[in-house]
Amino acid sequence: MKEIYLEIDGKVVKAREGMTILEAARSAGISIPTLCYHEKLEPYAACRICAVEVESQGRTNVVAACVHPVEEKLVVRTRSEKVIKIRKMLLELMLAHAPEAKVLQDLAQEYGVNEVRFEKEPSFCVLCGLCVRYCAEVKKKNAIGFVDRGTRREVIFIPEVVSKECPRCKECFSLCPTEALQAKFVLTQVLIFPSPSSSGKETEE
Amino acid sequence: MPRINSHAELEELRKSILLKRDLNKPCIAVCTGTGCLALGAAEVVAAIREEIKKQGLEVKVDVRETGCPGFCERGTVVVIYPEEIDYLQVQPGDAGEIVSQTIVNKKVIDRLLYVDPTTGEKIVHESEIPFYKNQMRLLIGNNIKIDPKSIDDYLALGGYSALAKVLSQMTPEQVLEEVKKSNLRGRGGAGFPAGRKWEFTRNAPDEIKYVIVNADEGDPGAFMDRALLEGNPHSVLEGLIIGAYAIGSHEGYIYVRQEYPLAVENVGIAIKQAEEHGLLGRDILGSGFDFNIKVHRGAGAFVCGEETGLLMSLQGKAGEPRPRPPYPAIKGLWDKPTNINNVETWANVPLIINKGASWFTSIGTEGSKGTKIFSLVGKVNNTGLVEVPMGITLRDIIYEVGGGIPGDKRFKAVQTGGPSGGCIPEEQLHMKVDFDELTKAGSIMGSGGMIVMDEDTCMVDIARYFLNFLADESCGKCTACREGIRQMLKILTRITEGTGREGDIELLEEIAEVTRDASLCALGRTAPNPVLSTIRYFRDEYEAHIKEKRCPAYVCKELISYYIDPNKCKACMICLRNCPVGAITGGKKQIHVIDQEKCTKCGTCFELCPPRFGAVKRISGEPVPAPIPEEVKIIAKKGEEG
Repeated sequence: MKEIYLEIDGKVVKAREGMTILEAARSAGISIPTLCYHEKLEPYAACRICAVEVESQGRTNVVAACVHPVEEKLVVRTRSEKVIKIRKMLLELMLAHAPEAKVLQDLAQEYGVNEVRFEKEPSFCVLCGLCVRYCAEVKKKNAIGFVDRGTRREVIFIPEVVSKECPRCKECFSLCPTEALQAKFVLTQVLIFPSPSSSGKETEE
Repeated sequence: MPRINSHAELEELRKSILLKRDLNKPCIAVCTGTGCLALGAAEVVAAIREEIKKQGLEVKVDVRETGCPGFCERGTVVVIYPEEIDYLQVQPGDAGEIVSQTIVNKKVIDRLLYVDPTTGEKIVHESEIPFYKNQMRLLIGNNIKIDPKSIDDYLALGGYSALAKVLSQMTPEQVLEEVKKSNLRGRGGAGFPAGRKWEFTRNAPDEIKYVIVNADEGDPGAFMDRALLEGNPHSVLEGLIIGAYAIGSHEGYIYVRQEYPLAVENVGIAIKQAEEHGLLGRDILGSGFDFNIKVHRGAGAFVCGEETGLLMSLQGKAGEPRPRPPYPAIKGLWDKPTNINNVETWANVPLIINKGASWFTSIGTEGSKGTKIFSLVGKVNNTGLVEVPMGITLRDIIYEVGGGIPGDKRFKAVQTGGPSGGCIPEEQLHMKVDFDELTKAGSIMGSGGMIVMDEDTCMVDIARYFLNFLADESCGKCTACREGIRQMLKILTRITEGTGREGDIELLEEIAEVTRDASLCALGRTAPNPVLSTIRYFRDEYEAHIKEKRCPAYVCKELISYYIDPNKCKACMICLRNCPVGAITGGKKQIHVIDQEKCTKCGTCFELCPPRFGAVKRISGEPVPAPIPEEVKIIAKKGEEG
């Protein structure tokens, strides 16, 4: 593999052709925050929290580090004023949905997001798609998927698949950066099995 | 039809088609594009055919069902050849007169002619009507001369001569050079030089390459690609085949939206005809070059017009854009190098080949060459499709071609580039329209939507409207676009509802900047344009909404009231009888009063109050005066006063 030298935050970094900026940065000990990224999954570039500024052939652009390939002499800024501004706004936007999410709160503290100026509409899901992609790419079950688009986009369990596959798996639960997934699963389960046993449990508690 | 095996055979065929045609034979051309069909063009055609039959003129007169010439405002459009008499707003009932008067007696029917609104003069010929006269109709000009279902019509106008020239006289490299030299820029929105894009795909190291026509035209109110594809499908096919030859592709797709059934039908017929003629398929024109085209119908998502979204959709996946790089030119359809151009871009290619790159570059501005088709809609007299040279001023498009603003209203802004375009104000009307100038003004060329707005348009409400469209049409994948649009829409909505807060403008700008910079695809990256451009040029309107709770255009219902001036009301009962919610009290000889609690602000009273009274007023940003006391409500009859 061809060796490539690029500059990240003023530091010359050696990488191999085909690597992403994120991989190159991490190999050099430079941290870039991620939310929708997972080693076992295809990069998705949806949360945008890994946004970095790149300068190539005289043009500056904002790209997602998790997918953008390294190139010779690429200049990357992972903490420029613009990048910080972007991450802060993205966190604020996500916190309106999942105010209690630990990962988001930690990042908010790191980046100094002290208030959320948007009306809270806790769907608890930030649509990072980790669960959807893990189920599709690793488990190959497609028990969970996205429905609708735009601001109406949401994640749902497919009841027919859920009833067969999910009870003994639940591996996606731990991937969820918010608590949305588990709640949704429980809801789905209740809807699939409105049996006396589940209602009995409730009365027990 | 025997297939054509060489350039010479194509010219033979063309000659035989032309020989059979008598240019002096009367021909009634009726636009049967989607717009005119909606206005009853099919009935007009049927009535004309019926009339011709009745008068026994079947062999003496031709009827041609054509594509859209662009003057949709005045459909159904009928042109009588050879004189080129242009009849507008033709109804089936006019058929008898058209045949007996114009065809038989060679008399022009005055009432079907275009009347110049300023001089009152009636204009007979298409080429003299200001709407057409001020255009440069290189691409859509042929629509009215062609039956899109007839390849012979296209061949008669010189069709496929560019393809024949390319295959018999030029190497793929030469074709590529010519297109690069022409500086043809993509008409789909971004304006990327087509020749360079072709070159990337051509140079990509893979045997299999694809070429695609992007006909997923989704901007509200835009229909130029539809007009080309349904009105002159062979011109798009010819461009695509030439491109495929230059790029080294043997398979092409036309991605056309499902909502364009006539375009799907006509391009399907055209492909079949081209195949039968040996202009598509194996060994095209005996050159050894093979190329096939498939039509794929889009399932109705605006975002599939974005090229990576289109590719996903074409592969049967959800239409969600993916990051670039890799660019489609390197890794596109089925991971193979793929070149995607818009309908209008492809349609330009045969012209460039036939007339040369230097001819093409003689039209337009430094950075943008050739013509551009705009769909001119909104508050403008002549709505329709207009094709103009790059570099024409906005003022010329709106006033010379478009005939200005209807009524005595004042121009306020023109929105270009579709929902993610920007609004350009009056002081910029002198702007020379091209890719770069529009971008400088905070808007975009987009695919060529042009919505004219007059003084009755609220610019905050307009921004809200477009963001609402984008909130629906974003794929929702990335945070910057989905959440940015969601919050911008919420803020715009509260401003129009009168609950905007100090700092909202700045917050909008802050979100807009992040959505523009950090979104995954062009939809998100351009989504803030309607917000930013209206703030840039109409900040005072935002401030009026927020600080004074006033809508200067009297559009935002929560911020306006209707009020009857007791000094002007003549108690004529018109508004009172027509109020749909019974909110107006009063009676004969009794001054009318609007019950503000009941009023739904539909504006009916305002519209209907006779202008000579002008008693109904719109109020915004100030309290409604208290109703006058009961005892003074009675209007005394003349003579009884005092």
